[in-house]
Amino acid sequence: MGWNGVMSTDIFAKRRTDGLLFFAALAALTIGSIIITEYDVVKGFTSIFKAFAWGASNFYPDAQSLANLPDIARELWQTVLMSVAATTVAAVFAVLLALAGSRTTRVSGFFSIVARGLASIFRNVPLVAWAMILMLAFGQSLITGYLALFFGSLGFLTRAFIETMDEASLHAVEALQATGAGYAPIVLQAVLPSSLPQMISWVLFMIDTNIRDATLVGLLTGTGIGFTFDLYYKTFHFHQASLVVILIVVTIIGVEMMSNYIRRIII
Amino acid sequence: MGLPETSKTLGRATHEAFASAADLPAKPLAKEAVVIRVLFLVLTVTTIYALMTLDYESVDMGEALAGTLANLKTIFLHPGGTHLTFGKALYEVVITLGLAFLTTLLGGVMALFLGLLSAQNLAPKALTNVIKAFVAFIRAVPTILWVLIFAVAAGLGSAAAVIGMTFHTISYLTKAYAESFEELDRSVIEALRASGASWWQIVFQAVIPSSFTYLLSWTFLRFEINFANAVAMGAAAGAAGIGFDLYMASSFYFDLHGVGLITYIILAFAMSLETMATTMKGRIKDKH
Repeated sequence: MGWNGVMSTDIFAKRRTDGLLFFAALAALTIGSIIITEYDVVKGFTSIFKAFAWGASNFYPDAQSLANLPDIARELWQTVLMSVAATTVAAVFAVLLALAGSRTTRVSGFFSIVARGLASIFRNVPLVAWAMILMLAFGQSLITGYLALFFGSLGFLTRAFIETMDEASLHAVEALQATGAGYAPIVLQAVLPSSLPQMISWVLFMIDTNIRDATLVGLLTGTGIGFTFDLYYKTFHFHQASLVVILIVVTIIGVEMMSNYIRRIII
Repeated sequence: MGLPETSKTLGRATHEAFASAADLPAKPLAKEAVVIRVLFLVLTVTTIYALMTLDYESVDMGEALAGTLANLKTIFLHPGGTHLTFGKALYEVVITLGLAFLTTLLGGVMALFLGLLSAQNLAPKALTNVIKAFVAFIRAVPTILWVLIFAVAAGLGSAAAVIGMTFHTISYLTKAYAESFEELDRSVIEALRASGASWWQIVFQAVIPSSFTYLLSWTFLRFEINFANAVAMGAAAGAAGIGFDLYMASSFYFDLHGVGLITYIILAFAMSLETMATTMKGRIKDKH
């Protein structure tokens, strides 16, 4: 009984010290972050309530702003189209890169490293950097946003597809290899079919993400729905700006619901 | 990222079930094939239509492509620039990391409570539904718009950026945390309840300790995302940090060498964060 008691106090004491160390480290990092970012804690918290109070009295669509609905809807439609196109084209290239990069399907170790490296660069150069760099030559055009989303998606989807192919298809590939099947039949009959549902799921996720990110890219490059919001926002047309937000929310929730529906069926 | 991640593990399970049952009834498979075909058709048509209707007139494609290639060459082969020293740039990245950390921490704390209240084994169904709808709404508004909305009250700067990004973090982590909590077996909770433990005791003695590794991994994954977000908010919403320098270098000074330096530094940090996050993700998968 006594022995047991000693043991458990030790465990609890250790747990307590670990916990204290964890929270001390968190506190130190927090204070450091607050100092270096000059984040005003009080202002931050009060601004939440201020923003909601302000929103309730200013940030809602009024009757007059509804007149802008067709314009906003058209911009949003174009942005959605652009996001979908960027995703699907990126997906096609990503499949090729992933075939070169995946452990199960790669032709040579060298190409695999190249494919993975390219994907890593495309994905880790921030979207804003792509947008700003492309903006210099392509200017204020939807093509700038399209290409920025394309590069980011290419990097992300390649990695996702590589992971999918690595995981989903080993058994089937081994079975086909044992029967002496060549590269093309293995890829077409085993690897792609077995990873297809998961790949579609990633593409749907990417479309969703890209519509969201298109707003950001649009703000930076002066195109699409992001620019529409920015214009209304900077000229204090908050009723119209709120209408933009509502339409974006409806679109994204709609796309998300559709994606979930498709996922439920195919996976 | 939380969503496909979970659907992935689920998907694998169903996959194996499919593979083992060779004499599967034709109906679900047929529906699956139809949906995939319709989706392919819709995506192809949409993409072709989008690419055809994109406004090419304002851009000379050949010239713009050549220009971009030349720019990329300057950026990646001759990084440097006069407006930002290497040391200053590193300091700015640390600011960005600080923004990401604050955002993740604030969001994580809020999400911990919301996660507990939206886990199906811990809270009533009605409450979990309300919270899930609430966080779905938060997620549907792009981060930049949250930041700009808060900027009206707080002014452009780190306060608005942190609060705006925190909103998204809350929504992401609430979903991830709730799923982690739901992993805990119902019988454990029932046993504790039967022995007279209160809700708080169950939460702090059983639920949180047993899912702690998950929580930490998900939080770090979000930290990685928040780093990218913090860069973006620096460029688009005037928050401090390396993103703002990136914006200034490319849009104000037109200093491609500077853009190169900044891009390389962000790339280095993003890649190391990604490597760490991948390790963390491995831990989540191993536990499944």
